Amino acid sequence: MELYAVLKLIWVLLLGVLLVGLGTMVGMDMGVGTLLRFVGRNDAERRTALNIIGPHWDGNQVWFILGGGAIFAAFPTLYATSFSTFYIVMILLLFSMIIRPVAFEYRSKVEARNWRETWDWAFLISGALPMIIYGAAFGNVLQGVGFHFAWDGQYYQDESFIWYLLNPFAILCGVLSLALSIQQGGAMLMLRGVEPIYGRARRFAVSASFIAAALFIIGGIWISFIKGFVYSAPVDPAMAATPLAGPAVAMRAGAWLDNFHAFPLLWLVPVLGLIGMIGCALSLLAGRPALGWWLGALSWIGTIGTAGAAMFPFLMPSTTMPSQSLSVWNASSSAYTLGWMLVFALIFVPAIVIYTSWAFRIMGGKVRTETVSKNEHSY
Amino acid sequence: MIDPSVVSLSRLQFALTALYHFQFVPLTLGLTFMLAAMETVYVITGKPIYKEMTQFWGKLFGINFAIGVATGLTMEFEFGTNWSMYSHFVGDVFGTPLAIEGLMAFFMESTFVGLMFFGWDRMSKEAHLAVTYLVALGSNLSALWILIANAFMQDPQGARFDPTTMRMQFQSFGSLVFSEKAQAEFVHASIAGYVCAAMFVMGISSYYLLTRRHREFALRSLRIAALFGIVSTLAVITLGDAAGREDYLVQPTKLAAMEGLWQTTKPPAEPWKLIALPNDATESDLFDFSIGIPYVLTPLVTHTFNQAIPGIDELKMEAAARVENGIRAVTALEQYAQTKDPNALSEFEFYEDDMGYGFLAQRFAPDQDLTKITPSDMPGIVTKTARASIPNVFVEFWSFRIMVAFGFAFLVIFAFGAYYSLRNTIERQPWVLYLAMWSIPLPILVALYGWITAENGRQPWSVFGWLPTFEAASTHSLGYMIFSLLGFATLYTLFIGAELYLMFKYARLGPSPAGSAEPRIAPAGGPAILRPGYAAKSWE
Repeated sequence: MELYAVLKLIWVLLLGVLLVGLGTMVGMDMGVGTLLRFVGRNDAERRTALNIIGPHWDGNQVWFILGGGAIFAAFPTLYATSFSTFYIVMILLLFSMIIRPVAFEYRSKVEARNWRETWDWAFLISGALPMIIYGAAFGNVLQGVGFHFAWDGQYYQDESFIWYLLNPFAILCGVLSLALSIQQGGAMLMLRGVEPIYGRARRFAVSASFIAAALFIIGGIWISFIKGFVYSAPVDPAMAATPLAGPAVAMRAGAWLDNFHAFPLLWLVPVLGLIGMIGCALSLLAGRPALGWWLGALSWIGTIGTAGAAMFPFLMPSTTMPSQSLSVWNASSSAYTLGWMLVFALIFVPAIVIYTSWAFRIMGGKVRTETVSKNEHSY
Repeated sequence: MIDPSVVSLSRLQFALTALYHFQFVPLTLGLTFMLAAMETVYVITGKPIYKEMTQFWGKLFGINFAIGVATGLTMEFEFGTNWSMYSHFVGDVFGTPLAIEGLMAFFMESTFVGLMFFGWDRMSKEAHLAVTYLVALGSNLSALWILIANAFMQDPQGARFDPTTMRMQFQSFGSLVFSEKAQAEFVHASIAGYVCAAMFVMGISSYYLLTRRHREFALRSLRIAALFGIVSTLAVITLGDAAGREDYLVQPTKLAAMEGLWQTTKPPAEPWKLIALPNDATESDLFDFSIGIPYVLTPLVTHTFNQAIPGIDELKMEAAARVENGIRAVTALEQYAQTKDPNALSEFEFYEDDMGYGFLAQRFAPDQDLTKITPSDMPGIVTKTARASIPNVFVEFWSFRIMVAFGFAFLVIFAFGAYYSLRNTIERQPWVLYLAMWSIPLPILVALYGWITAENGRQPWSVFGWLPTFEAASTHSLGYMIFSLLGFATLYTLFIGAELYLMFKYARLGPSPAGSAEPRIAPAGGPAILRPGYAAKSWE
């Protein structure tokens, strides 16, 4: 296999790592935001819940930024096309994402009840909405999106945003992603929280795990009826990255299962996801939130891995011009860029994991209401 | 075909969100280093007042930082949501510094900022100091990579256009990173951030001295800020001169607009215009009136006494000469894209250097289609394209002058502050204190003018000489743009309201609980509660 094709493969795997990191770390904070009003019934409890992720949300959020940056650098045409065709939801996602940092920093700096209540609602919206959109984006991409390219590489959108905003499969994926984030957030709240937050978080997280598992199974069955995409002519993985020269692509119901039929070992990926979700619920019930948290991360690996395995090598297929579908082979950067980016990723991703773990260790331990109200930097 | 009003609204949205974001960035860049400096003094001397200072200015830093982070998200996603052609055209190059910024800098800054705020009692003094330095390093590295990316738009280095993939492909990492434009921009812009932070700290300290509160705290903060301010302002002026020379070398249209040069200069006597009213419509100064200082412009810009600086008349002629070839390049490229005809490719390669001017002409062609141009249209299109290759001179001329004038004014303010502070007589000079206090927002405003100078001067290009802004936008409908613009306007207005309210509230509250009107809110200066005797001794 040519080096360029290998680099493309490595980068789609790294993209998977970043998307799992995004789901796990940002999802955890989003889950806490979504649950805030429910696990905390008074201001002191809510502040305690917020301060559980207080020292970390800022760093965690960078997974989101890095996810965007990596798509830009490694798959620029995907970045340009997906962000523009999903404009309305992307803008909604941005609005909810930019409310969140401000909510953290400003909520507890004024004592008025209305002020804090308003920010608590902001946490709910800015927690739930991005996760629903994150999942729904996957749901839409799995079904293909209506777009085509002009000769110069400019995209043109061929369908209205109502379709990708409101279609049942995308909503299912959105709710699945929200459920996974509640599971992750709930596990964290249990890990560093005490009663009554601990017990309430457990109730929500366990239900979320079971809902996620159910939706994951339904989605898996549904996918076999969805029209998948498949190259109907030989494709050169080391091709120059342009969607304009693409070989023919066919659409066929059940095509998303082709990879699983060809490589039965791939079935392990969705199975791991299910083990993660069920295992997370059981660990939380057994009072083992740390184990539950890691199994929650495994659920993300399984879910995103399943979507990736089903679609590979496609990244964003086009329903209106299938031969211009974006894939790992035709939407990537040049070999030079992928190579340099890999050097930086190999140095800095491990560094990030190390100092993030260090930060979690330094700030570890239970967060109690008394300590929160004593520390002047508390949220 | 792209709707011109969609392009205008996309530009408006990007400009507004970038300028809004950039209100908070300079303060972050500078305050992190000031916090690190104060904490260093604390760790070396062990005097708790420096810990107080670090924590108090850290709280104000936090209020500013949150909104800077939030609005920075917008910037990263807007390239994809609103500038699809741009992202496709240069993503291979431009995406790299952005992704590295996340990997190397922003991750570090954001992870350690949590420890900086929450970790005071969880680690040794030295470890906390290291954390604060990592935050400062992270935010400044972040600026470095962003400005490397920006410099690529101003002076595209390290890439070349590839007709197969229809985009610029990355050729040389070294040329991108060590581009002189990038170096000049980075040092100038980041040190401008230190000026903002110095004025911020000096101004708020002056407010305490004027209201006779937190005296010792304010005196010490003011001295650090004034000294930091003098050094930073001197550096920013010197480095600004270097940045201007870079413009002369690689962006002559920006430089001509900045100095309002309608005609090529006559060295060495050419005056540096202090005041003029450039009129873009007539391409002359209003009433042909200008006040200038002779013999200054040529050495200032070219660092010689004999080099002429090309004026707008000459630059337009140069552009006009490239338009027809550019149109040939783009039409050949289109033909090659559709037919893979090798003759079309060799024709394209012959005219490739002028390709950008072909794209620039596209908006003036019938139906924005270059193949529909008839020979009789051509002279008109050439004239319009040449005219379009010059940025708005009035805006450029005045944003540059405002930036420079205020830069020198800040130097004077810091100098007086430092002089009286070092002589321990600053409290007897209320006019310096008032001046510093009222100047708090000015460096930030001036930084915004710097940004306008840099980006307005880049027009009409997204990537200088290669991709016009007009062609770079996403093909959205008007409705999409109105939706997002209204949303941004509403959210950002609410944010700035909340930000200013909290800034004023906490700045007025001050570092000591004694001045707190609302003692139940976790007051700033926590350790002072633990040592009431100390607070009473050294504060009032």
